[in-house]
This record gives sequence, structure tokens and C-alpha cells, in this order.
Amino acid sequence: MELIEAIILAVLAASTPLLIAATGELVTERSGVLNLGVEGMMIVGAACGFGGAWLTGSIFIGALFGIVAGTLMSLVFALMALGLAVNQVATGLALTILGVGLSGLIGAGFVGERITPAAHLYIPGLTDIPLIGRVLFGEDAFVYFSLALIVGIWWFLYRTRAGLILRACGDNHVSAHALGYPVLRIRTFAVMFGGGCAGLAGAYLPLAYTPFFIPGMTAGRGWIALALVVFSSWRPGRLVVGAYLFGAVTILQLHAQGWGVGIPSQLMSALPYLATVIVLVLLSRARTGGSTAPAALGTVFVPDR
Amino acid sequence: MRKSLLALATGLLLAGSVSAASAADKLKVGFIYLGPVGDLGWTYQHELARQALVKELGDKIETTFLENVPEGPDAERSIEQLVRAGNKLIFTTSFGYMDPTLKVAKKYPNVHFEHATGYKRNPNMSTYSAKWYQGRYIQGLIAAKMSKSGVLGYIGSFPIPEVVSGINATILAAQTINPNIKVKIIWANTWFDPGKEADAAKALIDQGADVIMQHTDSPAAMQIASERGKFAFGQDSEMIKFGPKTQLTSILDTWGPYYIERVKAELAGTWKSEDTWGGLDSHMFAMAPYTNMPEDVKKIAEDAQAAITSGKLHPFKCPVIGQDGKEVECKGGANLDAGQILGMNFYVKGIDDKLPGK
Repeated sequence: MELIEAIILAVLAASTPLLIAATGELVTERSGVLNLGVEGMMIVGAACGFGGAWLTGSIFIGALFGIVAGTLMSLVFALMALGLAVNQVATGLALTILGVGLSGLIGAGFVGERITPAAHLYIPGLTDIPLIGRVLFGEDAFVYFSLALIVGIWWFLYRTRAGLILRACGDNHVSAHALGYPVLRIRTFAVMFGGGCAGLAGAYLPLAYTPFFIPGMTAGRGWIALALVVFSSWRPGRLVVGAYLFGAVTILQLHAQGWGVGIPSQLMSALPYLATVIVLVLLSRARTGGSTAPAALGTVFVPDR
Repeated sequence: MRKSLLALATGLLLAGSVSAASAADKLKVGFIYLGPVGDLGWTYQHELARQALVKELGDKIETTFLENVPEGPDAERSIEQLVRAGNKLIFTTSFGYMDPTLKVAKKYPNVHFEHATGYKRNPNMSTYSAKWYQGRYIQGLIAAKMSKSGVLGYIGSFPIPEVVSGINATILAAQTINPNIKVKIIWANTWFDPGKEADAAKALIDQGADVIMQHTDSPAAMQIASERGKFAFGQDSEMIKFGPKTQLTSILDTWGPYYIERVKAELAGTWKSEDTWGGLDSHMFAMAPYTNMPEDVKKIAEDAQAAITSGKLHPFKCPVIGQDGKEVECKGGANLDAGQILGMNFYVKGIDDKLPGK
């Protein structure tokens, strides 16, 4: 029983940064912009988030630093890809390379320092319930926030007028423009939201997961977040499933190794990625609800005034 | 305004050429690093050694390093870049630089190369490595003494001989203290991913391990063990900062003396291609202070360290029994020989797990 609880806790912790970063990217892509710089924005968020928390002693301020840093990074992207209509794929990749270098520079002063990680919720009685107590009532604030965020985004995209306009920009920017919507401004906000989420997801790593900063500590999670958006076929509900599935396979393969299940560890390390590929194939074969990529995703839009 | 800028630029150019001229009589030494110098582990220790080198011979040499150089064919470009910049002795500090280094070495016979942890050599390319399994043996003794559950947790990077020989040395040592000791092994299949290393440490502890050992590079596992009130060993570098009440000891890579020796040889014109595989006796690595353990355990560790240093104790003393229960052929007389240790691809008896790829 205790082991099951421990596994669920580890899965939630491993999935949360993926979920937050992927939520941001989902909104960005729904507006028609493909920002491949998630990894770069995450790692800068990690460096600034840790720096903020280390300087002020507050996890909350650290998280804010992470959000602001990610947003600033995304503004660089917005300036290039939206303002100057540069190729989005190239700009996104450049943003990642920039972020990795920049985070090393920002973080150089904090390497080797440690902080007290984010506190976990504790409600006497409720948190002590066996099996589900700590899972439901004993998480850190990031976990609850990530779930609130994705629910909020679902509501925004499908239940508000603003969400409808955002999706319209992603599906057909010419029509949206003709109807009088400021496509580039809306996309800029979406990119900024994606950047803020990526920054927060990055900050989660040094603030809650492993409370220290080391260059390169995101270790490819930004790319996984990007894959999750495709995996979810741009739907918030499936995104949650995908993020937790990915986290679960990651953690379970480690436990399987500890138990000595005779499967090669290399294969088990590849399982999460294999699962992604399989689900993608299944989704693309399904008649209804298959891939629903925003029609204008990744295309440059220059308003004709 | 423009005039003064021009003057300034000319001045800078002059200054540049002057410093280049004075640098010409200095020996240029280059380094290729795998990670960032701030990785707190593998690369950081090489950087400390470079700094020691500069401190010792700074008036005679000029050093350059390139960090974050990916392993594989891409490394070739970086190594050649150092050659073209005039470096006469180049240290390439990771296993994956082996073939690129050899390729560049063959192209530039007048430049000398030093490759860490590899096995391919050339008249102008040496290799150097350390007998870390000696340190792992000491850790095995401590781990068996400190474990209450009798279960050790081991986080491996990749199932290569260096890591496998470390696991075997640990278990052979632990069995001398507790014949029934168990070890749970998790392969992270990465050298560096703090999140994954932390997850692996959590999984091991959740499955009952109470002493965590790692052969991956970040202090994440140490920090998790500290959070859960267990014990752990550092890796490559001093990690006690991440577990003041957790770290028992750590194997510290100390490349400094070797780098100084090789650069001195280069300066004296006596450098030649060699294969150096040093242990505790030649100070290729050191043990961090033995902390967080009772005096008697500390004594066992210190005695073992002294015995290994003097050559009285060999971690792979024959007979070594393999997992299949058969005795491993003893090629080195009283011990397994260097080739058997450097190419170790079997688990010893007492490890329940199966070696990946076997």
C-alpha cells in the first residue's frame, strides 16, 4: 500500500513540469504559432526561478521569476517570428540554443547552492488517510496549480468568446483578420502565455523537484512537452492523460528495474517514447477525433493592412 | 569622436599582437569538456585540475578549454579548432571523444593528445584513467555496515565495464561484512538528468534500500536520500553540501597531479605515448572525508584504504565467483588482471539482477 502511494506521488511530481509546459505550448499552437523553443524557455525559467528563490528565500517569488523569465524569452520569439515574420521553426530552435547558453550564464553564480524546496500541503486528518491522503491533500502548490491551469484553459478555449477567437486565429488567420481581429496581437499574447508556462515548468525543477540548479537540468523535458501537445491532438483533456501516462511509464520502468523484472533497461527507458508513438498511430487511425492540428499552425502571417 | 575610436582600435590591435607575441614562447595546452564547468561532477573536477595546472605552471603555459562539447563525430571539429589555435598538448576528457581524438591525432602528428578513459592509442596519443573500483570497494564496506535493511540501492548510468566493475567491487566488499546483502540496481541510461536520477533514488528507497550509491553525475540522488533520512555516496566530486547528514564519502576525481606531470614532460620534451591507469597509490582519485558514520566503520574504511593503497588488498582477489556460480578464470595470478577488470561484463554472485545485454 505504502509503495503504491509512493509511486503515485513520484508520478505526479514527474508529470507536473511536463503538464505545465505542454499547457502553455498548447495555447500557443492553438493560436497558430509553433514555438519549438520550449526547452530554452524552460531552462532559463529554471535558472531565474532558482535565482529568485535563492536571493529572496521565497518559493513564490522564485516561481514568479521563472514565469517572467520565460515570458521575456517568448517575447524574443514573438519579435522575430511574429513581428519580423521569420521562419517559426528556425526561430524556435534558435531560442532553445540561446536559452541553454543564457541559463548557464545566469545560473553560474548559483551552482552548488541549495534551497528549501516548495512546502507540501498538510491538512491534519485528511493528509493522513492511507493511500490517497498524501496523493490528494499532500502535494506542493505547483501540482494543484497545474491542474487548475489545464481546467482553466479548457474552459477558456471551449467556453469563452476569447477562446473561440484564439482558435480562429490558429485555424484561419486570413479570415480572422478579415473579421477585424488583431491576429498578431492575439498570437503575441498566446506566445507570451506559452513562455510564462514554460518558465514556470522550468522553475518547478529547482524549486520543488531537485532543489538546486545545474546547467542543463531540464534534460530534454521541453521537447517531451512539445511531443505531448501533438500526442493530445491539441485537446486539454487528452493532454492531462498524456502527461500523467508519460510520467507513470517513466517512474514504473524505474521500479520494474528495482524489482528485477528481466526486461532490458534500455528498452524500459524507451517505453515512454514508444507509448507516445503508439498512441499517435492509434489516434491518426481513429475516424473521429483524430489529429486536429490547427490549420494555420506554423505559417507566417503578414497583415495586408 | 571617430578619430579617437580609430586610435582606440589601433591600440587594441597593437596590444593584441603584443600579447600574442609573448604567448608564442608559452606552451599552449587545450582541454575538451563534456559538460559545463559548473556541473559539480565530472567536468568540474577536470576544470579544478586545469586550475591546479595553471597555478603550478602558469608562467610557462597558456590553457584553453571548450565546454559542453558533445561526444561523437562533432567533437572532431572542436579538437581541430584547438589544434589550429596552436595548442601542442590537448586533453580530451570523456570516453566518447576516443575516435574523434584518434582521427585528429593521426592528422596532426606533431601535436600530442591525452584521452581520458579510452583504450585507443597512437604514437602521439596517450590514454589515462583511474581505478575507481578501488574506491567502490571501500564504499561497499561502509554501505554494508551502515545499512539496516540489508538492501543497497545502486543507480547506474550505462552498463559499461567501468560501471559494472564498480557494482561488483561494491558487492564483493559488502559481502565480507554481510554475506546476505542485497543490491537493487536501476539503470538511468543517462549520465546526467537530475530529475531522472532523483526519481531513481526515490524508487530505490521506496523499495527498501537505505544506502544509495550512484554512478551518474548530479547530486540529485544525494539530495533525495537526505530528504528521506537515508545515507548516500557522492560521485566524482564533493557532494556533502547536498547531504550534510547523508554523505558517507565520495570518490573524488583528482586529475591535477597527472596533468601537471604530463605538461612538465611536454615542456621537457620527454612526452611519449603512454597508458596510465592509476589508483589510490598514484593519487588519480581520492576519497572524501569519511563522515556520518561511527568510529568503528570509519576505521574499517581507513584500514581498507591503506591496504588497497599499499597493494595488500585487491578488490578482485581470486577466486571471484560469477553470477552463474562458476569461478571466473584468474588471469592475473592472485587477482583478476587489468583486461578482465577493464572489460568486465558479468555480475558476481549475490547480485539477483540480470546485467542488461547479457
